[in-house]
Amino acid sequence: MKIAVCVKQVPSSEARVQLAADGKSVALADAEMVVNPYDEFAVEEALRIKEARGGGEVIVVSVGPESAQAEVRKCLAMGADRGIVVQDPALLGGDGLSTARILAAVLAELQPDLVLCGKLTIDVESDLVAVGLAELLGLPHAALVTHIEWTGERTLRARREIEGGREVVELGLPALISVEKGINEPRYASLKGIMAAKRKPIEVARPDLPAERVGPGAAGVRVVAVAPPPERTGGRKFAGEAEVIVSQVVELLRSEAKVL
Amino acid sequence: MARRILVFAEQREGRLRKSALEAAGLGRQLGGEVHALIVAEKAAPAAEQLAACGLARIHTVEDPRLALYWNEGYLAALDRAVETLQPDLVLLSATAMGRDLAAGLAARRGMPLMSSCISLREAEGSFEAVKSMYGGKVFATLRAVRTPAVATLRPGAFPAAPAADGRPSTEPLAVDLPAEVRARTVGLEKQAEGQIDVQEAEVVVSGGRGLKEPANFALVERLATVLGGAVGASRAAVDAGWIDHGHQVGQTGKTISPKLYIAVGISGAIQHLAGMRTAKCIVAINKDPDAPIFAAADYGLVGDLFKIVPRLAEEIEKAKS
Ligand SMILES: Cc1cc2nc3c(=O)[nH]c(=O)nc-3n(C[C@H](O)[C@H](O)[C@H](O)COP(=O)(O)OP(=O)(O)OC[C@H]3O[C@@H](n4cnc5c(N)ncnc54)[C@H](O)[C@@H]3O)c2cc1C
Ligand SMILES: Nc1ncnc2c1ncn2[C@@H]1O[C@H](COP(=O)(O)O)[C@@H](O)[C@H]1O
Repeated sequence: MKIAVCVKQVPSSEARVQLAADGKSVALADAEMVVNPYDEFAVEEALRIKEARGGGEVIVVSVGPESAQAEVRKCLAMGADRGIVVQDPALLGGDGLSTARILAAVLAELQPDLVLCGKLTIDVESDLVAVGLAELLGLPHAALVTHIEWTGERTLRARREIEGGREVVELGLPALISVEKGINEPRYASLKGIMAAKRKPIEVARPDLPAERVGPGAAGVRVVAVAPPPERTGGRKFAGEAEVIVSQVVELLRSEAKVL
Repeated sequence: MARRILVFAEQREGRLRKSALEAAGLGRQLGGEVHALIVAEKAAPAAEQLAACGLARIHTVEDPRLALYWNEGYLAALDRAVETLQPDLVLLSATAMGRDLAAGLAARRGMPLMSSCISLREAEGSFEAVKSMYGGKVFATLRAVRTPAVATLRPGAFPAAPAADGRPSTEPLAVDLPAEVRARTVGLEKQAEGQIDVQEAEVVVSGGRGLKEPANFALVERLATVLGGAVGASRAAVDAGWIDHGHQVGQTGKTISPKLYIAVGISGAIQHLAGMRTAKCIVAINKDPDAPIFAAADYGLVGDLFKIVPRLAEEIEKAKS
């Protein structure tokens, strides 16, 4: 079975994010970069499927700057077999739809049995790429999946997290699944894995896509301003006897915040 | 030509979601002709709930195959409605269903998508929205450079549509649903009876590692019950196995904007704040006066949660009766 996993390089959730001078972008110069956490779950799930079947191929696909190869290498160190990166500057800098189109071009050629994505990227949170990619590839999909149960060689039952519970969805391959936290605990790369990853191939793909479809010129959504989150003002701390401070705060919740 | 907005009015099992009223409210506030689409096995109950929202028209797509969420069938219905009505803007809720449909629609039609918006307005003949990025560390203003555009709205971030006179007409919309069901929803596993989902609730009381052991979640549950709210949790509490991941608030959990958020024994790590900092009012209970949660809280109670929380439940119960 051929499994493609889409992974993105993102700043770690601990990274300090600074606003750039242009007021429209962020400066990530010293930020520690990581594999998008949800994509790490996707890589782990792919490896588990391959291991359970005793064979197959796990291919990591990433769209991003040249530095994103480092994140692909981390996935190879976990155990993925090879990587494909798209780093053509003319294709980068678009919106989520642009990314989905680039990935679709690469995957259409690759013809995987299963595509795994994360549920969301923790940087720009575009919330389009995984499901949009399924649409562009014409694949059935299940998003926000916390559990995959194989009911046959090429059929599966996915549990996906919805408000107030879980939806159980059945589908057959080829398909796309986006994974939610809780599906597994990603492994750490072993020293042996890290060494082996150095020799695994990373191919640079150059899908031929017109500028009206991908890249900054094609973006349907532009960031026109960035700002720090609004300050929460008037925050007050109360210390002392539990009875006293509870009464004070309950009164304020009623009269000032008007939430009771 | 007057502006036209299409609201995907999400329902499950005949019950309209509260966030659908919020989408309708934004539609009305933006002005123009606001249409709603209900996709269901039977649309009447949800249409009834929407009728007083001052909309221009309600369109319904009914089919037994639409009883549970079927992504390709629902998308076919939404796509057909967009084709027929030619709206300038399509509004959905940023829920599991709304996010799925919005991404599918944007990819199918090449429409700009603004996701998880916390505010949205008209700008230069198109639309501009604010959303949080980088786990809440940045608030970005996005502009759709062309219309029609799609937006998903963070539940709780917009006021529900106020009641209005006049009732919209309800009209069935003819749709050719896909002949084959490739991704079939075969069941729903619901949270225990009586539990309110953190994304639906106006009040959320969350517990963290400070609770020390799973049994102490009862304190949080009691406070949530008194407030008619939902129970949330930090990742530390979820990872310890004290409570299900569905309750987790934060970057790798739910992002919520309730009216009132109470953090109990939660330190306020950046990843936790990412999920709740847009709550309207935040109360924190922590014994460490320097806990970062206090910087985000409107009202911080410094002290032992085991003393404060039971007392708080008692006083609120009194205040409410
Ligand atoms: C990629 C990534 C994603 C993450 N996603 C999330 C997420 O989605 N949600 C999330 O919550 N975290 C997330 N985290 C984890 C986050 O960094 C914190 O580790 C976590 O939020 C801590 O949980 P906590 O506040 O319950 O525990 P702690 O940080 O241990 O805090 C416990 C608090 O309880 C207080 N306390 C102890 N006893 C008492 C008492 N008797 N009375 C009053 N107060 C008391 C302590 O003073 C302390 O402040 C993520 C981390 C990473 C790296
Ligand atoms: N630049 C990218 N390269 C590879 N995969 C991506 C990229 N952006 C998004 N994805 C995939 O799509 C998922 C959803 O991302 P998003 O829709 O951007 O929030 C991610 O978790 C990844 O699996």
